Amino acid sequence: MQKIIKFTVVLFFILILLVFYNSLNRGTNYSTDYLVGNKLTSISLKNFENNKTLTNNDLKKNSYTLINFWASWCAPCRIEHVNLMKLSKEENLKILGVNFKDKTINASKFLDDLGNPYDYLTKDTDGKQSISFGIYGIPESILINDELIVLKKFIGPINDQDLNVIKEIINSS
Amino acid sequence: MRLKIIYIIFFFNLNLSIYSNEPSFESTIHKNLRCLVCQGQSIADSNSDFALTLKMVVKDLIEQGKTEDEIYNFLSDKYGDWILYKPKLNVENFLLWFLPYLILLIGGLIILYIIRKKGKKT
Amino acid sequence: MLSNTGNFLLIINIFLSSLIIFKSLNCLKINDNLIFKNIYQISLLQSTLVLICFFTLVAAFIVSDFSLITVYQNSHSLKPVFYKISGTWGNHEGSLLLWVIILTIFSFLFLIYNNNHPKNYRLYTLIIQNILILGFLIFIIFNSNPFSSISPLPKEGLGLNPILQDPALAIHPPLLYVGFVGSSIYFSAAIASMIANYSGKFFARSIKSWVLISWTFQTLGILVGSIWAYYELGWGGFWFWDPVENASLLPWFAMTALLHSLLVLEKRDTLYFWSIILCLLTFTLSVMGTFLVRSGILNSVHTFANDPSRGIYILIFLSLMIFASIYFLFTKYKPTNDLINSNSKETFILINNWFMMFYLVTVLLGTLYPIFTDAISNNKISVGPPFYNSVIIPVVIAFLFFMAIGPQTKWIKNKFLNFKSLIAILGGAITINLAIIHFFKSYSLISNLIIISSLFLISSSFFDILKKKKSSFPRIISHLSFGFLILFIGLNHNFSVEKDFNLKLGETKKIDDYEFALLDLKLNQETNYKAVVGELKVSNLATKEKRILNPEIRIYDNPQTLTYEASIQTNFFRDYYLTMSNIDRSEYYNIKFQQKPLMIWIWISVIFLSLGGFLSLFRNAKNN
Repeated sequence: MQKIIKFTVVLFFILILLVFYNSLNRGTNYSTDYLVGNKLTSISLKNFENNKTLTNNDLKKNSYTLINFWASWCAPCRIEHVNLMKLSKEENLKILGVNFKDKTINASKFLDDLGNPYDYLTKDTDGKQSISFGIYGIPESILINDELIVLKKFIGPINDQDLNVIKEIINSS
Repeated sequence: MRLKIIYIIFFFNLNLSIYSNEPSFESTIHKNLRCLVCQGQSIADSNSDFALTLKMVVKDLIEQGKTEDEIYNFLSDKYGDWILYKPKLNVENFLLWFLPYLILLIGGLIILYIIRKKGKKT
Repeated sequence: MLSNTGNFLLIINIFLSSLIIFKSLNCLKINDNLIFKNIYQISLLQSTLVLICFFTLVAAFIVSDFSLITVYQNSHSLKPVFYKISGTWGNHEGSLLLWVIILTIFSFLFLIYNNNHPKNYRLYTLIIQNILILGFLIFIIFNSNPFSSISPLPKEGLGLNPILQDPALAIHPPLLYVGFVGSSIYFSAAIASMIANYSGKFFARSIKSWVLISWTFQTLGILVGSIWAYYELGWGGFWFWDPVENASLLPWFAMTALLHSLLVLEKRDTLYFWSIILCLLTFTLSVMGTFLVRSGILNSVHTFANDPSRGIYILIFLSLMIFASIYFLFTKYKPTNDLINSNSKETFILINNWFMMFYLVTVLLGTLYPIFTDAISNNKISVGPPFYNSVIIPVVIAFLFFMAIGPQTKWIKNKFLNFKSLIAILGGAITINLAIIHFFKSYSLISNLIIISSLFLISSSFFDILKKKKSSFPRIISHLSFGFLILFIGLNHNFSVEKDFNLKLGETKKIDDYEFALLDLKLNQETNYKAVVGELKVSNLATKEKRILNPEIRIYDNPQTLTYEASIQTNFFRDYYLTMSNIDRSEYYNIKFQQKPLMIWIWISVIFLSLGGFLSLFRNAKNN
């Protein structure tokens, strides 16, 4: 009996210390990029230019859609824009741009200057829509398939590596 | 009158105009939501862009008649359980919620045992 | 130059610690009760040199010697001298040096003040304490050396984080370190006591003062930290259940439990092994807290610059401490016959320990659980204030009741004193609570119970002052102020007013009984920052009271940081607390206004709580 207690106590502490050791090399900054596999429901985004609303059904016909949240005041958005332009040439992929908390004039100028990679362009003026996509900072992009299931999340600008990941996914089938 | 006297003696001042202020439903929710872009702050404490937006959405959801739990579930679906400061009571968090009370129970039993032991001997 | 001096002193100190261990081992072989004189001398020399070593670093900070990496990274030549000095321990490396100072000075003082205890017990304590010192010195030299030099010599330092440039935060670390590093001495003494078979009431007497010192300083340290958080973090709260705060609270619970169990050990010679466990637990929790804070595995408001390699070292150190403790406990444990009567004082002290363990486990679990879920199942969760409040607060009510009736019992005897008076006091507490409800409308059941139970404790402590002899005065002070602390927190929590809104320059807004107007915004240029100072008029329409508050948004230069300074007006009845912050891409400012009743009394209660510790310490010193 005594031996069992001693053994358990030692094991207990070893477990704690191992977990501590294991946690040392984990980042503490939280990121939501592990939240994949969920299905997007009740999408309702206002068109950038007119009052039409974009809904689930509009995206179901695409085999892959990349939803990209951006704004003209966001510096990293400028950086990733080059990669978005490259992606816009992909046939399997449609890009949905959501202009986030931005002024229409500035946003239009941004696209005039850098080019428009978006197949659909919508706006989220007060930012409320971003919450239902689980966005917490821009730029942020979500790759979904035709069933509107989230395949991958990109927190921060899409870099060259992300670009390849996206190409690989959309051309795999 | 007697109550009043006790009160004056105790608080040395009647002019203490404090208000009963049960925290509102909304602020309870705000305090339970973690601001993802801040360091250890709830959205009630933060003025970041994200916190301000989230507050607006919470307001909308309340107006839509959503319950507290429905709002939490909605947000933890989108952002993960990390966003909730009060972890959900589920299988994974079972220990977190019950171990403290288990310790309380066991501690009480140990004390009873020590006292009883003496009782038998005398 | 200073770099060489510092490194030299560190190496000398390693040598001296080893020498003390060696001499002590030699001295143990001789069969008399005399400790070699040179052990005293070396110990004194060791403490002196550690102090000189520390002052070398202070000097480097004062003269802004940027050839030292630590000074370069944490100071700036334009910083006020006061913050240059406090910058010495405001960073990881320098604070470790402060650790070693406390370890060595406590080691020396314990040696010289305990000469009525047996030689082997004192020497074993000295040896173990010096092993701890060695561990930290090695850590300093190989991993976190404050005297590491940098070349080429930088022209200017990077500056200290502005929110750390604060008088409260300058004294916070030293206070806290005396508290939890001070607990090392009874960790060493506990192991020594097991090795030397020196148990019972004499052991209790030898460590009681040290427990009191560390407890008192820990209490003050936590207080200063939370005052700082109150006015600097700008959210109006003073306790956030943040992992770093929890790390300072965990040893406090263990110390408080120990403080009480030592009373039983001293008077009745029972609970020896339990007290030993608490001694070991206190310092282990302190080191664990340091590990959590410094290794950066926790996401917290108070981020210390973190680095996994530090983490590894502290983790190894922690493991050695834990397994050494377990080894000695397992080999030396003898079942004892603890005889305790149900309504005796001993029972109530056990009840205190019981509740302390509950608080400790809850806070420990809350702090570590996210690490565990992340490591084991990759599930990231947060544990924050709503969790702690809902688990702990209901239990505090029962705790306060026990705390009120416990002191009314006697040692050994199974008997309550003044049972009838207690009932009367309880009646009184309920009446006062009814009065509060009557005048301020109702509030929740839990709050009612918290206020009744704290009033019960307060009145029964007052009753004690009237009835009892002087001997229990420190205890009464501490218990009384603890009751007041909970009462004030309860009232503060229930009757505070919070308004959160956006306002632009020149605008006036009416919310319930209040009217707010942003009259003016001024730009001030200070020595090391620019400030946008708002002028806000707050009018209470019900009482016709008007006041002007001046919150600031500061932009610091070195390093570039934005901070929000709350404008706080304090009086004996309440605090007015207002912060202003800019909203991105908008001309509006977010304003948070809070009216917090009896705020200052919360701080005063904690000061009196620790005063009880001081008084007890003086009485204990006088008696020995």
